[in-house]
Order: sequence, then C-alpha cells, then structure tokens
Amino acid sequence: MARVVVDVMPKPEILDPQGQAVANALPRLGFEGITAVRQGKHFELEVADDVDDATLAKIAETFLANPVIEDWTVRRVEA
Amino acid sequence: MRVGVVTFPGTLDDVDAQRAVKYADGEAVPLWHGDHDLKGVDAVIVPGGFSYGDYLRCGAIARFAPVMQEVIEAANKGMPVLGICNGFQILAEAHLLPGALTRNHKLHFVCRDQWLKVENTNTAWTTRYDLGAEILVPLKSGEGGYQADEDTLKELEDEQRVVFRYVGENPNGSRNNIAGITNARGNVVGLMPHPEHAIDALTGPTDDGLGMFLSLLDTVVNA
Repeated sequence: MARVVVDVMPKPEILDPQGQAVANALPRLGFEGITAVRQGKHFELEVADDVDDATLAKIAETFLANPVIEDWTVRRVEA
Repeated sequence: MRVGVVTFPGTLDDVDAQRAVKYADGEAVPLWHGDHDLKGVDAVIVPGGFSYGDYLRCGAIARFAPVMQEVIEAANKGMPVLGICNGFQILAEAHLLPGALTRNHKLHFVCRDQWLKVENTNTAWTTRYDLGAEILVPLKSGEGGYQADEDTLKELEDEQRVVFRYVGENPNGSRNNIAGITNARGNVVGLMPHPEHAIDALTGPTDDGLGMFLSLLDTVVNA
C-alpha cells in the first residue's frame, strides 16, 4: 500500500470567495502580514501497489478536480 | 409528451418539475438515479436539490450515476434535456454544457424572486418566449456563480448561446450575468433559477416559468 496525496486548488483566475473571506478575517483576529489566501482541497488516498500513475492522474482529472475551474497535483508520499 | 424527471438521493425539486410537466399537458415519468434506461421518454429534466449531498463538488458524483450515462447518450443524439439549478451543475460536470458553477461571490445562499432576460428563443425549451422578454422566477442557490474561460465566454456570446441573463444586480458573481446557457445544438439547456417553481400565481411569483415546459411540448410535437 502507498499513500497518495492529491491537492486541488482553484485556478488563479477563478474568484475564490472562501479564500478571500479567510484572508479578510485574519486582521480582525490580530494576525497581520497575510496578504492573500487561496482555499483548496487535500485528498489522501490509500492505494494498492498495482495502481499506476496514469490511473491516479485519471482519478484526479476526471473526478477529484474539475479542470474547468481547478488545478491539481498528484504525489506519492511516505505513509 | 412523456418527460423523464430524474431523482438522485438528495434531489428536492423533482415533484415540482413533474407538476410543471403536467401543467404543460405532458406525462411525467420518474427516473431513478440507478436506472439503466430512460423508459422511452421524449425529453429529460434534471431537477434541483443537493444530489449526493453536494459532496466533492455540486454534481460531481451525480454525473457518474447510471441514469446519467443514458441521459448523456440521448442528449448527444438530440433529445431535449433541461438542467435546473443542481441539474445545471450536473450537466456542466457531465460536459453537456461548458463551464462550471462556483460558490456565490458573496458566500451567502441566495433565495429570492429573480428577473431574467430571455436572450435565445430558438432552443428546445424557450420557443414560447418573446426575444428580450423579462421573466420573474425564484432563484435559490449557494453555488450559482457561472464560470468559464474567456474563449468559452466569447463562443457562448458569439453564438447567442446565453439563454437567460440576470437583470439588475448580479446575484452570485456569474460571468457576464449568465443565468442559463444552451449547447450548440440547442437541445440541452441549463439554468440556475427555477422555472418549475413559477408555473401558477398561486404557488409562485408568476407563471413565467411555464413557457419552458410549453416550449418543450411544441418541440416534441413538431419533432
């Protein structure tokens, strides 16, 4: 078994109102110096050894992310 | 006229969509998300709600439901398909319509009666309207912001594929005030507002939405 992490982020040109709301809240909470926040999704998949990279890429592209509005990365990590 | 109305776990507006079909003298045929056939219907409505709890992204899981494979195949052959609200999100996720629906720009769920301008009266669902008519129907959504890249927006505008546009203040941050669009063929239409909630003055703000279902009747009869 391997652990695979898929990170999905809104594309830079797509408005991210949730990230903006977080950014706007930080000064109110007394945290200064944070100029921008983007909010995305982080998936951790437990993957059998015979699942290849092409399959993982397909899972990310067709299901976990919507390529119209989101970018994504797939990486294998130490479990 | 037999019109399929799809129900997923979490669908809310299937009953109102069925009622709208009946108001247009059609027979509403319930379709379940696990069905593998469309029961010989002439058209399909994918109604609003929160299919599969909106998990992952709105419409992302519903797109892969067995019944949707049949809907996608039929739509690509020219069957009229209408996606309302969550149904619009599902049709976008299924690539039957371009673009995507995202979180409202002010983050609030919007629930109000909304004026729309009808900008395309050639689709399977809008022939009964006058071009440029303004209609009042309910809008109720938290993820109704229409997004697409510049090339897609230009294509939609150049080909008059924006079917409905918000009038007045943009309720959700949709690009170009887009409330609803159609595919190149004009058989598939998706919109965030709810025409099926505006089919008589007793239960809706107007009966302005009924025109979509009467338009379908004309389309099916003339097919």
